[in-house]
Amino acid sequence: MNHAVNEPRSYLDAPYGVASWLLTKDHKRIALLYLISITVFFLIGALFAAGIRAELMTPEGDLFTADMYNKLFTLHGVVMVFFFLIPSIPATLGNFLVPIMCGAKDLAFPKINLLSWYLYLIGATLTLGAVFMGGVDTGWTFYTPYSSMASNTNVTLAAVGVFIAGFSSILTGFNFVVTIHRMRAPGLTWFRMPLFLWAMYATSLVMILGTPVVAITLLMVGAEAALGFGIFDPRVGGDPVLFQHLFWFYSHPAVYIMILPGMGVISELVAAVSRKQIFGYSFVAYSSLAIAIIGFLVWGHHMFVSSQSIYAGLVFSIITMIVAVPSAVKTFNWTATLYRGSITWESPTYWVIGFIGLFLVGGLTGLFLGAMGLDVHLHDTYFVVAHFHYIMVGGGVMAFLGGVHFWWPKMTGRTYPETLGKISAVLVFVGFNLTFLPQFVVGYLGMPRRYHAYPEEFQILNVVSTGGASVLGIGYLLIIGYLVASMFKPRNATANPWGATGLEWDIPSPPTTFNFEIDPVVTEDAYNYAGRAQKTGDN
Amino acid sequence: MQSTFPLFPQAASSVASEVDLLYFFILAVSAFFAILVSALVVFFAVKYRRRHPDEVGHDIHGSIALELLWCVIPFVLAMVMFFWGASLYFTLARPPADAMDIFVVGKQWMWKVQHPSGVREINELHVPIGRPVRITLGSEDVLHDYYIPAFRVKMDAVPGKLTTMWFTATKVGTYHIFCAEYCGTQHSGMIGQVIAMEPQDYEAWIGGGRTTGTAVENGERLFTTMACITCHKTDTSGRGPILSDVFGSTVDLQDGRQVVADENYLRESIMNPQAKVVREFQPIMPTFQGTLSEENLLQLIAYIKTLKAPQ
Amino acid sequence: MHPAHENHGGHHPMLQHHFFNMGQQLEASILGMWVFLVTEVMFFGGLFMAYLLYRTLYPAAWLAGSHELNEVLGGLNTVVLICSSLTMALAVRAAQVGARMAQIVNIILTMGFGTTFLVVKYYEYAAKFEHHLVPGAHFDPTREPAQQLYFSLYFMMTGIHALHMVVGLGIMAWILYGAWKGHFNAEYFAPVEIAGLYWHFVDIVWIFLFPLLYLIGKHQ
Repeated sequence: MNHAVNEPRSYLDAPYGVASWLLTKDHKRIALLYLISITVFFLIGALFAAGIRAELMTPEGDLFTADMYNKLFTLHGVVMVFFFLIPSIPATLGNFLVPIMCGAKDLAFPKINLLSWYLYLIGATLTLGAVFMGGVDTGWTFYTPYSSMASNTNVTLAAVGVFIAGFSSILTGFNFVVTIHRMRAPGLTWFRMPLFLWAMYATSLVMILGTPVVAITLLMVGAEAALGFGIFDPRVGGDPVLFQHLFWFYSHPAVYIMILPGMGVISELVAAVSRKQIFGYSFVAYSSLAIAIIGFLVWGHHMFVSSQSIYAGLVFSIITMIVAVPSAVKTFNWTATLYRGSITWESPTYWVIGFIGLFLVGGLTGLFLGAMGLDVHLHDTYFVVAHFHYIMVGGGVMAFLGGVHFWWPKMTGRTYPETLGKISAVLVFVGFNLTFLPQFVVGYLGMPRRYHAYPEEFQILNVVSTGGASVLGIGYLLIIGYLVASMFKPRNATANPWGATGLEWDIPSPPTTFNFEIDPVVTEDAYNYAGRAQKTGDN
Repeated sequence: MQSTFPLFPQAASSVASEVDLLYFFILAVSAFFAILVSALVVFFAVKYRRRHPDEVGHDIHGSIALELLWCVIPFVLAMVMFFWGASLYFTLARPPADAMDIFVVGKQWMWKVQHPSGVREINELHVPIGRPVRITLGSEDVLHDYYIPAFRVKMDAVPGKLTTMWFTATKVGTYHIFCAEYCGTQHSGMIGQVIAMEPQDYEAWIGGGRTTGTAVENGERLFTTMACITCHKTDTSGRGPILSDVFGSTVDLQDGRQVVADENYLRESIMNPQAKVVREFQPIMPTFQGTLSEENLLQLIAYIKTLKAPQ
Repeated sequence: MHPAHENHGGHHPMLQHHFFNMGQQLEASILGMWVFLVTEVMFFGGLFMAYLLYRTLYPAAWLAGSHELNEVLGGLNTVVLICSSLTMALAVRAAQVGARMAQIVNIILTMGFGTTFLVVKYYEYAAKFEHHLVPGAHFDPTREPAQQLYFSLYFMMTGIHALHMVVGLGIMAWILYGAWKGHFNAEYFAPVEIAGLYWHFVDIVWIFLFPLLYLIGKHQ
C-alpha cells in the first residue's frame, strides 16, 4: 500500500472540473465549498448590518422606513446566526481538520457530508427567497405570537429555510461524533487528541441534541402561521412563553456552537505560537464538555422578565453563574500556557491576543446579565446586543479568522502577506471595540434593541458605534482581499510553516486527496514540543 | 429631560441605586480580571518572545493547585453575584402590600393606562413620588414590555396572562418609557413618559382628569351588563360559584386540584371558563374571549377583588 | 483501537476507501444510526414537552379531545406496528445469516404492515375533517378553545410520525432492492441493520403516542 505508482497529487488538483467539485466527497473540498458559501453569507449579513448602523447615525428614523429597518435587523440576525456563525468554524476548519487530526482519510460519512452542504444551500436559498419576496420582520428569534399571528411577512418560508439549514448542522455534528469515536488512528487515545477535536466533539453534541428542538419549534410556528394550528396562540389558551422555552433550549446552546469551536481553535493556536504544551490539557478538554452540558441548563436566563416563575429563574441564574467557571478556566489556562513559552510575533499571535481580550469582555459582561436583579434593567437593551457580539463576533469570528490565517497555508498551499495579516488583526480589534464598547454604555442608559428611532441623547454613542463599524468593515474586506489574491499566486507554502506539532503538519500543503500516504500511528501526546526538541537534539 | 450626552442613567426609584450598586460591584470584579489577564497575556507575549527560530517553550504541563485556585475563586465570586442579584430580583418581584394599583395594557403600538380613580391616559404615566406603585400589565395582541430605565424596572406584557411589576418613584421628573420587547413595525414608537410628581400635585392632576368612573365602578357595571350577575349570585341559588371573598382564596377544582384565585386565575376563568371548573359546578359558562377587551377584564377583576361576604 | 494495517489487499467490494476494514465500517454505521436516533428523540421531545404542559393546564380539554379518537383503530394500528417490528427483526436476522429469500419475504411483510398503518391513519384523519376537529378556521366553534391545542398537537405528532413511516417505506424499498440483488450476508449487513433500527424507533414513538393521545380517561 505504500507509494502509488504516480506521485499522488494534491486534493486541489485531482480530479479536475466543476462537477468534480460539486459532487466531491472529499472533506477538504467540502470545507472549501462551505468556506466560499459562508463568506458570501457573511457579506450579505454585513450589508444588512451596514444598513442598521447607517440608520442609527441619527435619532430620527429617516434613512429607512420602520418596516424596512425591522427587516434589516431580522435578516442580519437570521443570516449571521444560521448561515454564517453556526457553520463557520465547524463546517470549514472542522470539516478540513477533524479527519486529518484523527489520522483518517475522510469523515465517517462522506456522502452525508456533501448532503449537509446541499441542505445548507437549499435552506439558505429559501431564506434568501423570503428576502426577495419582501423580507421577514420578526427578529431572528421568531417570537410568537408576533411571528405566527401578527406579522404579514414571509415567516413560514424563512422558518422552513432555517429548519432545513438546521439539518445540515445536525448532519455535520453527527459526522464528527462518529468520526471522533470510530475513526481515530491507532495510538490516538482520547487524551492525546488535539484540543480542537475535544471542542468539535463538544460542539457536535450540542448540534445533535439542540438543533432538533428548534427544528420542531419552527415547524410548530410554521403550522400556526400557515395552517392556523394554535400551539402558541393565546386565544385558544396557548402559551407564548412555551415558545420562548423551546426556542432558547436550542438557541442558548447555539451560542456554544458558535464559541466552543473558537475556543478549540485558540487552544491550538496558543500551543503553536508559544511552542509549548497546553497548560492543564485535561482541564481545558473537560471544560469544553462541561460548557456543552451545563450550557443546556441555562436557557431560562433569557426569560427573567417573561413572566417565567421566579423560582425557575433562580435555578437558571445559579447555573448560568456556574457555566462561567469553565470559560474562566480556559482563559486562565491559555494565559498560563504563554508563561515561559517561545512566542512568535507572526500574525496568528495577533489574532490570539485579540481573541482573549474580546472574549474576556464578552464573558465577563455575561455575569451582569446572569445576575437577575440587574438583568431586569439590562434585558433587551443594547447592553445585551454588545455582550453577545463580543462573544459571537469578538470571540467566534476572531477565532475563526485566526484559524483561517493559521491553516490557510495548509488548506491552499499559499501564504499571505504577513504585514497585512497583522494590520487586519489590529483593524478588526480596534474597529470591533469602537463599535461595541459604546453599546454597553448606551444599553445601561436604557436604549432598547431593535429600535428604528431613538431619543436624541443616545446619538453620540451611536455615531461612535457606526464609525467603529466602518473600521471593522474595512478590516474584514482587507482580509478577504489578500486571501483571495493569494489564490492567484503560485503555491509557496511549506508543509509546516509554523513549526507546529499535529498530524496536519506532517503531510504536504495542500494535502493529497486521501490525506495520508501511510496510515499514521500516534505515539505521543498532543503539543509535545519539548519532546520533539529533545529528539532533534539527540539526533 | 436629560443632558445631551449622558453616560449614566438617572436614578429615580427606590431600587435604582441598589441595582447600580450591584452593577458597579460586577464592573469592578470584571475590570480587575480583564486587566489582569490582558496584562499577563501581553507581558508574557513580549517577555517570552521567540529569540531564535528553533526555540521551543518550557516543558510545563500544568498545576493542579493553580487549576483548583482558578476554579474556586471565579466560582465564589459568581455565587456572590448570584445571591446579590437574586435577592434584588425578589425585591423587584414582590410589591409591598400597600402599593397603589395602576393598570397598563399594551397594544400595537400604544400603552393604555388606567388609574385607580378611573382616570385614563395614553403613553404617559403620572405617579406620585414616595408611594409604591404596582402595575398590572396586560396585552391585547403580541408581546410587549414596559420598561422605565430611570426606575431600573421592566416587565413583559404577555397576551393571555397578566403580569405585575412595581416601583417607588423617588425624584420628581419626567422619564422615558420604552417598549423593550419587539412588537412589530412601530415598536420604536411605542414609547412614552413617566411623570413623577409630588403627591399633592398628583392628587391635583387626578382631580382634574376626565373620568368615566373608577375601575371598580366600571367593573361593577360590566358585571351587570355582561350578565355575570345572573349566575354568580351572592347566595347559593346561582348556577355559578359565589364570588365574595374569592380573590386570594384557595379554590377546589372538579378534577381534584386546588388553585389560588389570583388575578391570572380570574382572568383565565373569564376567558377560558372550562379550563379550571370549580368543584360541584357544571362547565356551562361561555367564554368571553373576543367579547371583553383586556381593559374591561382588568376592570372586572378590580371589581371582583372588592367583593366581600356580608359580615 | 482498530487493527489497522490489515486486509488492504483483499478488499470486500462494499468496503469504502476511508475505512480500515468491514468491522470499523459496521461500527461506524451503527453508531451513526444511534446518534441520528438521539436527534429524533429530541425532535419529538419538543412536541412531548408542549403536550405535557398543555395536558397539565387543560386536563378537561384533553379528556374531551381524546374521546373523539377511535381507540379501536388506534389499537389495531398498534398491533400492526408491533407485527412489523417482528418481521423487521426477522429480516435483519435473515441478512446476518445471508438467507436471501427470508430477507425478501420479511421486508415485503414489513412494508405491508407499514402500508396498512398508513391506510388506517388515512381513515382516521378523514373522520376528523368531517367532524370539524381540524384546528383553524373550521374548528367546531361549540367546543372549548383549548381543545384546539389538543388537536393541533394530535395532528403534529401523528402527522410527523406518519411522515417517518413514509420515509421508512422508502428505505424498505431500497433495502428490498439490495436484498433482491443478494447484497447482504454475514460480512455485510449494515444497511439492513440500520434500517431496522430506524423502523423500530418509529414503532416505539407510536407506542408512546397511542396511550398519550387515545387512552386518556379510558379506564374510567
